[in-house]
This record gives sequence, C-alpha cells and structure tokens, in this order.
Amino acid sequence: MVRSSLAVLAALLLAAGQLWALQPPAGLAISDIPDDDGTGLDLAWQASPDEAGPAFLGYIIMRATKPEGPFEQLNLMPRGVTAYTDIELDGRQDYYYRVVAVDTAGAASQSAVAGPARPKEEWFKVGKVNVLIGTALFIALVLVFLERAKRGRLFLRRLAGLDAVEEAVGRATEMGKPILYILGTSSISDIATIAGLNILGQVARKTAEYETPLMVPTYDYIVHAVAREVVKEGYNAKGRPDLYSEDMVFFVTDNQMGYAAACSGIMARQKPATNLFMGMFYAEALILAEAGAATGAIQIAGTDAVTQLPFFITACDFTLMGEELYAASAYLSKEPLLVGTIKAQDFSKIVIVGLVLLGSLIAIVVRSPFFYNWFSIR
Amino acid sequence: MKRAIPLTLVLVLSIVFLIQYFIPSRVSQQLFDNTLQWEIVIGIPAVVIAIDSLIRHHVLKIRQRKKDWAYSIVYLGSALMMALVGIIGGIQQGRLFMRLFTYAMAPMQATVFALLAYYMASAAYRSFRARKAEATVLLLSAFVLMLGLIPLGASLWKGLPVIGEWMMLVPNMASKRAIMFGVGIGMAATNLKIMLGIERNWLGGD
Repeated sequence: MVRSSLAVLAALLLAAGQLWALQPPAGLAISDIPDDDGTGLDLAWQASPDEAGPAFLGYIIMRATKPEGPFEQLNLMPRGVTAYTDIELDGRQDYYYRVVAVDTAGAASQSAVAGPARPKEEWFKVGKVNVLIGTALFIALVLVFLERAKRGRLFLRRLAGLDAVEEAVGRATEMGKPILYILGTSSISDIATIAGLNILGQVARKTAEYETPLMVPTYDYIVHAVAREVVKEGYNAKGRPDLYSEDMVFFVTDNQMGYAAACSGIMARQKPATNLFMGMFYAEALILAEAGAATGAIQIAGTDAVTQLPFFITACDFTLMGEELYAASAYLSKEPLLVGTIKAQDFSKIVIVGLVLLGSLIAIVVRSPFFYNWFSIR
Repeated sequence: MKRAIPLTLVLVLSIVFLIQYFIPSRVSQQLFDNTLQWEIVIGIPAVVIAIDSLIRHHVLKIRQRKKDWAYSIVYLGSALMMALVGIIGGIQQGRLFMRLFTYAMAPMQATVFALLAYYMASAAYRSFRARKAEATVLLLSAFVLMLGLIPLGASLWKGLPVIGEWMMLVPNMASKRAIMFGVGIGMAATNLKIMLGIERNWLGGD
C-alpha cells in the first residue's frame, strides 16, 4: 500500500517536472578566439531566469554544421557558468550552436540557434605586442652591454655563495674528499638545469686544477649525456684529460625519491667535503640538503624554485637565489662577454622596478585600466 | 667545425622559435609541436648511454671491491630482476611486475617521501632558534602564521587568521614576485647567451 502510494507520488512529481516550462538561456553570442590558430570559438549566453531554482541542473552545449541540425551534444556546463570555449574546430567550416537549459526533473528548454560562425586563423598574436617590445628592449640592452664589456671590465658585486665555491673546492682538496654535484630532478628543457650545467663546467675546471675528485650522480638521461661532455670539456680545458674518468658522471635513476635516497646514501657513506645543488629541485630538495647537513659538508645550493628556496637557505651554508643561479657561470668564469649579460639583467630589473612603481602610481591616482592592460599577457 | 655546426643550428632555431612564439597559425603550431617530438628521438640514444653508465659504475665498484660494493650487487640484481620480470611476464595490472611495483617500489618511495616530515621539523628547529633579531622576527611570523591557519588560532582571537592571510598575500607574495622577476630575466639572459654562442659550456668538448 505504502509502496504503491510512493510510486504514484513519484510519477506525479516527474510529470510536474516535465510540464514545468523551464525558461531558456538568451542572447547566445559566438566570437572567434583572438590570437589562435583558427580552431576555436568562444560562446557566451545570458543565464536562464530559472537558474536560481533548486532543481536547475545546468546548460547543455550543442553544435551543428547546418542551422537545421543535426546538433551534437558537446558538454554539460553547471549552473552559474555562462561561457564555453569550443576547440579543435575546422577553420574551413561554418558552425551553429544552441544552449539547452536542463533541470533534475528532466525538463529542458533550448535557446535560439546562433551562427553561422567560423574560427579565424591569425598570423600575429596582437595580445603579445607588449612581450615583443619587452623582448626587443632586453635584446638591445644585452647587445649594448656586450659592446661595453668588449671595451673594458665591468664591475660586479661580490656574491658570497659563488666566492665560496672556490673555497669549497680547496677544502675538499685539503681533506682528500670528493665534491658531490647534484643537478636537480628536471629535464634539459628546464633553463635552471642548463644553468646548473654551465656552473658544472666551471666547477669541473676548478676540480681539474686542484685534482679534486668529482661525483655527479644524474637523474635525467639527456642531462646525463650533456653533463658527461661538460665535465670532460672542463678537464680538457685545464689540460688535465688524464684526470677525467667517465665514472665521475653516473646515472642513478629517473625516480624522484629513488634519486633522493641514492644521493643521501652517497653523502652518508662517502662523506663528500662539499655538496653543490644547482638546478631545479622539487620535494627532494630538503631530503638532500638535510642529509648533506648531517654529514658536516659545506653545502652550496642554487635554484629558481621559489618553494624550495627556504629549505636550502635553512640547510645549506650558501644559497644562490633565483637569478643568482643564472649569473653564476659568468661570475665564476669572469669572461667579459658573460659578465656583460649580467649588467643587462641588472639594468632590466631597474626598468621593471620603475614600471612597477609607475604602474602602482597610475593605478592609485588615475585608476585607468589602460596601463594594466598593457602589462597583461593574453 | 664541430662547434660551428651546433652553434649555427642553435642560433637559427632560436630565431625561428622566437618568431614562432608570436605567430599563432596552424603551420607555426605544427612546427612547434613536431620539434618537441625531437626530444623523444634524442632521448632514446640517451637512455642507452645512461643505462650503460649505471651498469659500468656498479660493475666497476664490484670488480675493484670498492667500499660498500655489496650494495652494488643489490642495485644491479634489483634492476635486472625488474627488467626480466617486465619483459617476460608483461607489465599489465595483476602481473608480477605491477605487484613488485605496488608492494615494494611504491612503499619504498613513500618511505623516503615521509622522511620530509622529520627533516622539516629539524630544519624548522634550526631556523627558528631566536639567536639574532632576524631569526626572532622569523620565529614570531611563523608562530602567528601557523596559529592563523589552524582552527585553534581563530578561537583564540579572530584577528589571527586575518593577520596570517595578510602575511601570505602581502609580504610573502611581494618577496616571491621579486625573486620571480629576477628569475624571468635570468632565464631570458641565459637563453640569449646560448643563442648568441657566448655561453658554450653546455656544448661540451670536441
């Protein structure tokens, strides 16, 4: 008796839901995605007046290549969302869209068909004009300072972390212990890894000079191959190819925690006098740095990973923060041309600081979005 | 000559991809996507070199009976076993390879990862020892921030979460951004140095 009453009630509710006239979304507008490869369209519509209702579910996006259909269902957007981006379209084809409002009772109400619309392929990213200007300015600055560097020596402020590299190599030599150089756990496509390799080249020159053993356990296959060549070149440059051994640079694993465990093991067993961490680091940063600190080694770290910097600062004797990592190779080699690029970096920072101050002032005084728009990258 | 070819290639490709960044067309995107595939092609011989290095390193250690050479036997034995089990039995779900991965490798990785909790505590202890004025400021900031992030802080005083949030959004974010500016410029400078052939360490020897 109870069960049959419930069935009748459910049927009545369902019928009421289907009879309930849900109001459709209005003002469906289609626009081409700016600065793209001609494969996407942006859709926007006004919410259905019934969106606030408890049974309202969302909007079904439908697409067709003819106004009369057939329309295919693309996606269900939840309530509150009134925009959709359709991608991977054919730039030679017209498209028609409609948006259907639906509720949990199964009621549906569709908007008017919008279209035709065709995605347009662009040949220049207008939204990146500011990046283009910034890049051109930076290249010009680098070229100017390179010219100045050719003419005479440029002053470079002291970097304690980099001055300590020579000291650390000397200490390892005196103690007769090796230097452990860790390049991080990223690939060669990471600029921080390349910066780490550049510093490795300079360190290899110093270890060749002082006849200090060097160990470079690697994490990435390609980084391994490059690191091996870099170290070899360092020993050749100092006229000590006899000291170079292929076993100096050895592959460990491409497993993050496996790598951290292996390097920690090397630190605990072989007790290197100096640990250098240069490159991109993730969660393994603190494991490595703390394992090294426990052995009493001099530790110098350099990374641009902002989240890992506090760990290195805590556990290492010296830390190269962000841009200092990129300046290290030039600082250690003292080659005038390389030093010239550091000057260009410093000058660019002055320009950026000036723009930040100017922008803040304009934002406070004028409150115009013009200046802000100039610095947003689309 | 051995250096001239790669340096020319780097210069030409750098200019091509600098221009490509500003061109969104399909041809430009395809060029970019296809070039990214090269990394995979380059990666294949690099895998062989790396595995060769790994085996040589440990075999040498065992042969010369270097300190802790027994660990090398464990290392090589484990690597060989995983490879054989994967090649012979397959790597699908339920196979021995996957069981070894799930019940041996994953817990070992988790164990090393879990060490972070201990290391964080010891690093925090060292950082927060109020020896200098800066360390005292750091200690106080951390104390307020941590209190602000837990329910106890809000129940003690409603202003604590507000101060904590302000510390994260204003001084913390400002210093992060300052570092990020430098990093961005440093990256661009490194790219330029490589592009113009000023920085050649990455090239290795002849």
